[in-house]
Amino acid sequence: MSWRSLAGLIRRTGTVAEPAPPLPEAEPAGAAGVLGGSLQIRHVDAGSCNGCEIELGAAFGPVYDAERYGARLVASPRHADAVLVTGAVTRNMAEPLRLTVRATPEPRLVIAMGDCARGCGPFRDGYGVVGGADDVVPVDAEIPGCPPEPAAVVEALRRVTGR
Amino acid sequence: MSAVGAQVVVAVVQVVVLVLAAPVVVGVTREVRARAEGRAGGRVGQPWRDLVKWWRKRPLQATGTSVVSRIAPVLLLSSSLVVVALVPLVTAAPTVVPADLLVVVSVLLVGTVAIALLGLDAGSAFGGMGSSRHMMIAALVEPTVLMAVYALSVPVGSSSLSAIVDARRDDPASIASPAGVLAVVALVVVVLAETGRLPVDNPSTHLELTMVHEAMLLEASGRDLASLELGGWLRLSALLGLVGNLVLPWGVAGGTGPGELALGAVALLAKLGLLAAVLGAAEVGVAKLRLFRVPELLAGSFVLAFLAVTASALVA
Repeated sequence: MSWRSLAGLIRRTGTVAEPAPPLPEAEPAGAAGVLGGSLQIRHVDAGSCNGCEIELGAAFGPVYDAERYGARLVASPRHADAVLVTGAVTRNMAEPLRLTVRATPEPRLVIAMGDCARGCGPFRDGYGVVGGADDVVPVDAEIPGCPPEPAAVVEALRRVTGR
Repeated sequence: MSAVGAQVVVAVVQVVVLVLAAPVVVGVTREVRARAEGRAGGRVGQPWRDLVKWWRKRPLQATGTSVVSRIAPVLLLSSSLVVVALVPLVTAAPTVVPADLLVVVSVLLVGTVAIALLGLDAGSAFGGMGSSRHMMIAALVEPTVLMAVYALSVPVGSSSLSAIVDARRDDPASIASPAGVLAVVALVVVVLAETGRLPVDNPSTHLELTMVHEAMLLEASGRDLASLELGGWLRLSALLGLVGNLVLPWGVAGGTGPGELALGAVALLAKLGLLAAVLGAAEVGVAKLRLFRVPELLAGSFVLAFLAVTASALVA
């Protein structure tokens, strides 16, 4: 694509981000006060059906744009303040999940996204499933839904960043 | 005031201005990019918030890391601060410590080597991969930096960066001279490569396989990460400021008086803001180059620098 047609496309598209909904009124979860409006998230797929991943991708896409509230997905647990767990924790992922949380510097949060990570959901009693995220690591915040809507993800993250 | 005292004042002013401005420069590039992608704004202050938060967090050391992991962040940050203090950003007054191009390139290399060692230290696969790529790019970048600044120094008759900026301000015709244009274009390409921007490296990638700079930082956390990120941002701002002063040398203070320094700082911030916005806008339109094509890009910029030296030798 030429620079000119790209510039035209950018101009025609304008802003696709939805206007920010009002800040959710709720007790900020866990270590929120120390973070000061900046939240780096390491996402761990502990055995998800990828429904939550699609919604998480949408939450950080241009329309819901979770980044404008100070949340960002990062590539390493060392950079993260929060570990976001999706999916029922399978036997093979229980130890990697424990290690990931241990590799995250304090103060840290664990957020369980979706019904599977909260210990319910369709895969709860599967033979390869250890349980919800709560059965493996201490969980500070939960996002209900199967899968949760991007707006619900953004709302939960805003409760942590306070923006 | 003695010459040394004036130099200390200039260094302190430049360091303070750049430390305050560097995270904002990164924020502006992200903001421009986000706007072009149709996102909402409000990102300019985010690098500052991240920095303050990292500073409050206790760093975790991976098992098996050596003293290198603790020293490298400090070394990178201090090398960046030295570069910021030496390069003519706010003022082009002659310096006691020579802001010689060889000194600046060497100090930059100290930071480059520190961060490459940091990538190797934790022993993770991605860190080592990032380090080897980083050293390959550094080896291709350094000769071009030397050649480009050498081409600029030939007409001035001095390799001091402040003398070059000073001469370009007094004689604006030299900015549009063939040698000047070629050298600045070559310099822009290597500045992008050296600071890990597109098309050589993608600063916002999450794909470990394409990372260069980020791959070396994967094991850093807390305060260490704050030092490394601030060091990288300072490097970007200092080099952008240098390019800005070479292309638009107006507004750079000629002396070290308080009024001149204040005016120089304002002019520098305006140039940094402009260049950051241009950088952010340009990055929307380019894709990251395949790693094996990066040497072609850098060889191209070396050719430009070589032509610049030739032109300046023939014309002068």
